[in-house]
Order: sequence, then structure tokens, then C-alpha cells
Amino acid sequence: MSKRVVITGMGIVSPVGTGLDNFWTALTSGVSGIARITRFDPSDYTTQIAGEVKDFDFSGYIDKKEGRRMDRFSQYAVVAAGMAIEDASLNLDSIDRERTGVIVGSGIGGMETFEDQCRVLVNRGPGRISPFFVPMMIANMAAGQIAIKYGLQGPNITTLTACASSGNALGDAFKLLQRDDADIVITGGTEAPITQLAVAGFCAARAMSTNNDNPQGASRPFDANRDGFVMGEGAAMMVMETLEHAEKRGAQIYAEIVGYGSSCDAYHITAPDPNGKGAANAMKMALKDAALSPAEVQYINAHGTSTPAGDPVEVGAIKNVFGDAAGKLAVSSTKSMTGHMLGAAGAIEGAVCVMAVKENLVPPTINYETPDPECDLDFVPNKARKMNVDVALTNSFGFGGHNVTLAFKKFKA
Amino acid sequence: MISRKGVNGLATFDKVKAIIVDQLSVDEADVSLEASFVDDLGADSLDIVELVMALEEEFGLEIPDEEAEKIRTVAMPLNSSKKDSN
Repeated sequence: MSKRVVITGMGIVSPVGTGLDNFWTALTSGVSGIARITRFDPSDYTTQIAGEVKDFDFSGYIDKKEGRRMDRFSQYAVVAAGMAIEDASLNLDSIDRERTGVIVGSGIGGMETFEDQCRVLVNRGPGRISPFFVPMMIANMAAGQIAIKYGLQGPNITTLTACASSGNALGDAFKLLQRDDADIVITGGTEAPITQLAVAGFCAARAMSTNNDNPQGASRPFDANRDGFVMGEGAAMMVMETLEHAEKRGAQIYAEIVGYGSSCDAYHITAPDPNGKGAANAMKMALKDAALSPAEVQYINAHGTSTPAGDPVEVGAIKNVFGDAAGKLAVSSTKSMTGHMLGAAGAIEGAVCVMAVKENLVPPTINYETPDPECDLDFVPNKARKMNVDVALTNSFGFGGHNVTLAFKKFKA
Repeated sequence: MISRKGVNGLATFDKVKAIIVDQLSVDEADVSLEASFVDDLGADSLDIVELVMALEEEFGLEIPDEEAEKIRTVAMPLNSSKKDSN
């Protein structure tokens, strides 16, 4: 029989705050983490705003030398993992390290390092490239660094499916634990894409909001005046473990993960399939995996990136799957506050669902002012809502047509 | 290197030491001429490559790969640069 799987700790590095408490307080107060880009001068870019992590200091988790040999995306991941391990009160000396895995999603990897070293190559030649360039840049290194730092010798995997990357990470961790291939998996996502090249690339793809004069109002999922997504960054990590293992060590339990759906549009490299079939399939698959009927779900944390094309497709897919029950759902997009954390989005929004289920509190979609007739669900506008949440789903969709849905349930022994 | 730069040996050692302290995040007191990069200063093979690059940069010279691969102690890059300048 497959094992039940629970979440026992979480660590967050995000544009609205670092640490789970700061993050959750900000999200449920409707705080935006979006501002003008400070990491480089954005004057020449069509989009000049992003959700930068502002309060990050890795010194409590990573020493100076280690830190210099890690790209920012790995630093975020190692710190978030350390916070999650502390939050779970996990004593690393008393666990079976060979049965403790790491599964992390990242859409890009060490973009900042890649750009720095391209400049070195062009300006100074191949002989000046750092020996740390490759190990800093490759996208699997966040998972590698977490394992090295905490001595975790179980399965170690990186999922890379663009903006669905860490949705796949959490889902794959869930399945690995369910089939008893590990006791514990540290799982989540990380991304540090606020760099000149990555921002220029998304500007060129015409995917981002150009509402530069109103940074905090720029990410407005489902609102009629939305004009594209706003880039965010950060990491979210969870300690996921078998219920059996969590109970044996007397761990706190936030929530149970009960369903995982994964599909592909097989349609276009960046645009969603307008009929939303792939997205609907992921949701159906997650519900089936969890043995849940649509009416048993109270909350969906939508992918809701605030793009003109993407949001109505997701609304259509939700209506297709939930039918009459769609009208009773609370659906919010926390990207309105965090921005789109790309490869880290699935994990951070999974963490939101875990908290919603635990606290019976749903964070809002902020900047929701003008209804769009094509987006006609209850988007929990602008104010968090206290409501019973037994089951929450989160959707994550990525360039390439990747779709992931995860289902979380209130833990009942 | 020393003659080329026109500095005395002690000043060169101080410069090399400063680079090692910075690159390897070690205490200055641990960087003696006899200190082993791997055993005493916690460096790995990539650290040594990076260190050699920083020394080449600082002193405007090239340490050949065959030499660089043999570097084990703090004294060795000093000697190798001396030889280079002879």
C-alpha cells in the first residue's frame, strides 16, 4: 500500500519577505513585493520593475567562501532548505541520510553567473573564465548544494519545466515518498532571474507588464487591465515526509499532499492552448490521484500570471473541470503580490496552499479592480478571506506547455 | 616576477598572502610558506585553479598549466613565479 505523505516544515525566501512567518503575514495582508529594479539600471528596458528579494542575508546558513562559489539561485535554495529543516525540527543526526532525498525545480539555473562569465569571455578571452563557472551555473546545483550542505544521500533530482518546474518537484517528491523510496525529501523550487539578459529576453517575448509607473499595481491577475506578468525571484522549500516517519519522530504536521497531475499542451512554445485542455487534464489527474470530487475543493491557488492570454485559459479550464462547483471555489493568484517566481512559483504557491489548509485563511488577488467578462470566478479580491479550507489545489504552467496541479488536504489522522 | 616587478620578496609574499586570504576565506595567520593548500587551507582543485588565475592577474604573468598542477604549498607559486622571471 502506498504511504501517506505530509509536509512538516517550510522555508521561504521571497519578494514579500524571508522566513515563513514574514511571508505569510505579508501575503494575507495584501502586500505587494514589486518595485523598480535595483540590481541593474533598467532604464533601457521596456519592463523596469520586478519583485526582488530585499532582505536576504545568507550568513546564518552559508559561509563566505561557500557563498562566493554559489550562484544566487543556489544561495536562495540552501537558505530556504535550512529554514525548512529548522521549522520541521529535523535532527539531521537522527535520520537515515541515505533515505533522505532532495528534489528541487529551477527554470533557468545560474543566470547571473552565466552573464558575468559571458562578459569575461568577450572582454578578456577564454583563459579568464572561472573554474567555478560550470558548477555555479548548472540548474541541478541547487539540489546538489542542499545535499552537500546537509549531508543528504538519498535520491537527488532537479526538475526543469520552466514555470512548472517546482510543481513537478513537489509532485515527484510526493510520488517518491508514496512508493517508499525515501523517508524524507527536501523539495521546492528556486530562481534568480532578475538579470539583464533574462529580463531583456522576457521583454522581447512581450510577456511582461510595462506598467513601470505603478510597480505595486502592475501584477493584476484576472483584472481587465492586466498587461503581462511581473518577474519575481526567491525560493520555497518544504520538508516532505511519510506520515509514518513524521509520526515516529513526533513532528508537527502542516498538511497532507494527496494529488499530483502533470500534462502537456503539445501546442506552442510559449502560448497556452486556447481550449485549456492540458491545464484541465492536469487538474483532473490530480483530483483522480487524490480520489477527490470537484465539490470537495474549496480553494485554488491559480497560476494566474496576469497575462492577457493566459488568465482566461486557466479560468476556462477550471470551469471545464469543476462545472457547477466552479462558482463556489475561492480562486486567488498570489503572483499579484510576489510577482512570477518562474521555476520557484510552483513551490511557493504550494506553500501558500499548505498554509491556507492549515490556517483556514485564503490570501487575496490584489489589484483586482475591473472585472473581465472572460474571467468570471471568485478571485478573493484584495482582502484575505477566513474560510474553511479542507482541500486546496495549485496550478503551475510553463513555456513548452507543461502543466502541473497539486492537491493538499487538511491533515486528519 | 620579483625582479620584473621590482619589489622585495617580503612585499610579494604579503600580496600573495592577501590574495590567498581573500580567495580561500582563511585566517591570515594560517598562511605560512609551508602551508599546504589542500590540507591546511581547505582548498580543492578548483580553488587552486582560481587562485593561480588571481596570482597571474595580480602579477601580470603566466604560470604554465604544468607548473600550476604541481602547486601544493604557499611557497610553490612564489618559487614558480621566481623561476618564471629568471
